[in-house]
Amino acid sequence: MSDHEYVPSSKFGKWFNDRLPLLTLASHLTDYPTPKNLNYWWTFGGILTFCLITQIVTGLTLAMHYIAHADMAFESVEHIMRDVNYGWLIRYIHANGASMFFLAVYIHIFRSLFYGSYKSPREIIWIIGIIIYLLMMAAAFMGYVLPWGQMSFWGATVITNLFSAIPLVGEGIVTWLWGGYSVDNPTLTRFFTLHYLIPFLILGLVVLHIWALHVPGNNNPIGIDVKKPSKDTVPFHPYIVIKDGFALLMFMIVFAFFVFYSPNILGHADNYIEANPMVTPAHIVPEWYLLPFYAILRSVPDKLLGVVAMLSAILILAALPWLDTSKIRSAVFRPLYKQFYWILVADVLILGYMGAMPAEGLYLLIARVATAYYFLHFLVILPVLGFKEKTIPVPLSITEPILGGSPNLAMAKKKESLDK
Amino acid sequence: MKNFIKLFSILVLFFFTITQSNSAEKIDYLKTDWSFKGLFGKFDRGSLQRGYQVYTEVCAACHSMKYLSYRNLGEKGGPEFSEAETKAIAASFEVTDGPNADGEMFERPAKLSDKFVMPYENVKAAQAANGGAYPPDMSVLVKARGGGVDYIYSLLQGYEEVPSGMTLDEGVHYNKYMYGNKIRMSAPLSEDIVEYGDGTKATVEQMSKDVTTFLMWAAEPHLEARHQMGFKAIVYLIILTILVYFSMKKIWSRVESEV
Amino acid sequence: MSDKKPERRDFLFTASYAVGAVGVAAVVWPLVDQMNPDASVKALASTEVDVSSVKPGNTITVLWRGKPVFIRRRTQDEISEAKSVKMEDLKHPERDEDRAKDPQWLVMLGVCTHLGCVPLNDKGDYDGWFCPCHGSHYDTSGRIRKGPAPLNMEVPKYEFVNANTIKIG
Repeated sequence: MSDHEYVPSSKFGKWFNDRLPLLTLASHLTDYPTPKNLNYWWTFGGILTFCLITQIVTGLTLAMHYIAHADMAFESVEHIMRDVNYGWLIRYIHANGASMFFLAVYIHIFRSLFYGSYKSPREIIWIIGIIIYLLMMAAAFMGYVLPWGQMSFWGATVITNLFSAIPLVGEGIVTWLWGGYSVDNPTLTRFFTLHYLIPFLILGLVVLHIWALHVPGNNNPIGIDVKKPSKDTVPFHPYIVIKDGFALLMFMIVFAFFVFYSPNILGHADNYIEANPMVTPAHIVPEWYLLPFYAILRSVPDKLLGVVAMLSAILILAALPWLDTSKIRSAVFRPLYKQFYWILVADVLILGYMGAMPAEGLYLLIARVATAYYFLHFLVILPVLGFKEKTIPVPLSITEPILGGSPNLAMAKKKESLDK
Repeated sequence: MKNFIKLFSILVLFFFTITQSNSAEKIDYLKTDWSFKGLFGKFDRGSLQRGYQVYTEVCAACHSMKYLSYRNLGEKGGPEFSEAETKAIAASFEVTDGPNADGEMFERPAKLSDKFVMPYENVKAAQAANGGAYPPDMSVLVKARGGGVDYIYSLLQGYEEVPSGMTLDEGVHYNKYMYGNKIRMSAPLSEDIVEYGDGTKATVEQMSKDVTTFLMWAAEPHLEARHQMGFKAIVYLIILTILVYFSMKKIWSRVESEV
Repeated sequence: MSDKKPERRDFLFTASYAVGAVGVAAVVWPLVDQMNPDASVKALASTEVDVSSVKPGNTITVLWRGKPVFIRRRTQDEISEAKSVKMEDLKHPERDEDRAKDPQWLVMLGVCTHLGCVPLNDKGDYDGWFCPCHGSHYDTSGRIRKGPAPLNMEVPKYEFVNANTIKIG
């Protein structure tokens, strides 16, 4: 993988590195050639790593005080908020951190969609990413149950009940998931265990995700293959480290505004009411980051098909590298795709909004149209576009001068011959 | 950069609409100045102390506040009663303790470490005493209602004549701001129902404001610390961001033209 | 490529690192402090005990900070015995008057200083306490006389808030 052998400067370093090549790994990571034209949409990978570590650290410290029992969970959270030193701070960071985590992951995913980062040879990175995303949703869902508020309880009831849609074994699966005949204490304790476990699974997958990335190297805004190392690349340290650091600080300012000044604005007031199995809230709503899928689920009148639609909406992403038939990666050079991309963004935002509304009347109609369009985009529009679209010519390299507006292959070739 | 601003504004708009849609229908709540709102918001100590008085003398007969301890009344960021006052307040309540050496439970005056005494043994007892309606615990009530402090402040003043055409069951009252307009609780506040120790006139509006301020503190006792820390954190982050920004520019100046 | 003096460039980086380090410390502190005793635990840091019913020669045991505390109302014999012990005979020399300001009352943590078991009252060779775990004997002042325990049973901070009430802690 590296074309030079790293030699540690100290004797101890050399002795250790011969036995466990951590220093070689570190040197690979610092030297890692990165395209120098990456824009700020590429900083979200680093931001996501920060989010994962933040959630793990705040989660661990919360777990020192939280009690996973139906009779004590709500009270233990209040104990954390009131009595534990800085408990309120750690709790609000963890709760808002989940939202920030999803904000970053959506930007990260939509970056990939725009620049074709999911295309060959990066299909496995993309698929690992989808799995990470699924695990994030599972962890977030279970985490939301833990405070044992009304939304915790009823959200858990609604979502676990979905499994009853599976023919034959559905009811059995639901009872198995619940550990009883309804969401109750056994459900809570196992959700706590799994919620604790999943972030470490995600951590492992993130390592694989980055490892798989380092084989071909990063994609870049113009989507061309880049020779590494070359004058088109910069070493990861210090160039990308400092840029990711700057972006992370901006992200943290937004994060800080939520934590310190509006810590409950992204949540739901009903979750400050203790769980009551006898009273269902007027509107059961998941957290904002799950709303688009909630809208898709409720668009389909049939219970089983609704579940299938919701799952398909995520799993279809895994097929994306093969659904998108275009040879050109970046939307910069795909004017038609670019327009459909922004329509997809709008479509997902609309689905999200509909997910927060009652599933009736005009809201339901819009949700259904938006759901249909979502699948249309991936199953019809993308495959067709690959064949039909007239793309703009792509430059040969990053540092090649850009003449006028769009880089032109013929002019580039001419310039190259002039340079020789 | 332009795209970034575009996306950022879409997101801000999106978050805004989402948060609006979470709350109740567009009701215009009564407005007042809350001293604890805003970047530098703090509680008005006098209002908190008066609010505690309203809670104890009017609300506590039915509404528990089980997550608060008497010592909270003396802690920084709250009503900040003196230690002597807080001990006296606690001692005016009886709590059950035990079992003693004979294996029996007994009553004793409350200490600072005890939680607020509840008016009823349990939820069922509370319901039975109130015609089936449970007077909710008030520890986090402000956060448990979409309209927050404005909602509670308005509700306390929102009792009106039943509009023509509407009939209400026995024991149900009409309230302009209650979700669904029907409420089991009769109007709890009336002029001078409480005599304020500091001489402030106990109008319904004044008591509503004071008790709501108290409830806000009860739900968020660390609000002031949170605001203060937030200010420092954000100033710090801005300073560090500026330093890192210039460091970044310095480092990247080593690389020739951007693409 | 830059004409600026190296010190200027280094200052910017040094300043960034320094300011960054402050932030890291500010973040680490709450994560460490959350493990310290929380407000509800600290509220129970002291306990008041009514000792009006304790007769001479009797001992009561109360729970304080999760541990047993022996409160013994000593008889005159026990007091004389405690005061007559020579310092050279003690593994952990302490005068009785330093352990019990009011000689009638002995207040100490009922935790053996060897490995933490709770010694038994009115047992042992020195008319005091005997720890069954590894055979430590304590005298009428709670001092170690025989056995593996290295120190006398600890006397916590306490005071009489009135004639009938001891506040421990």
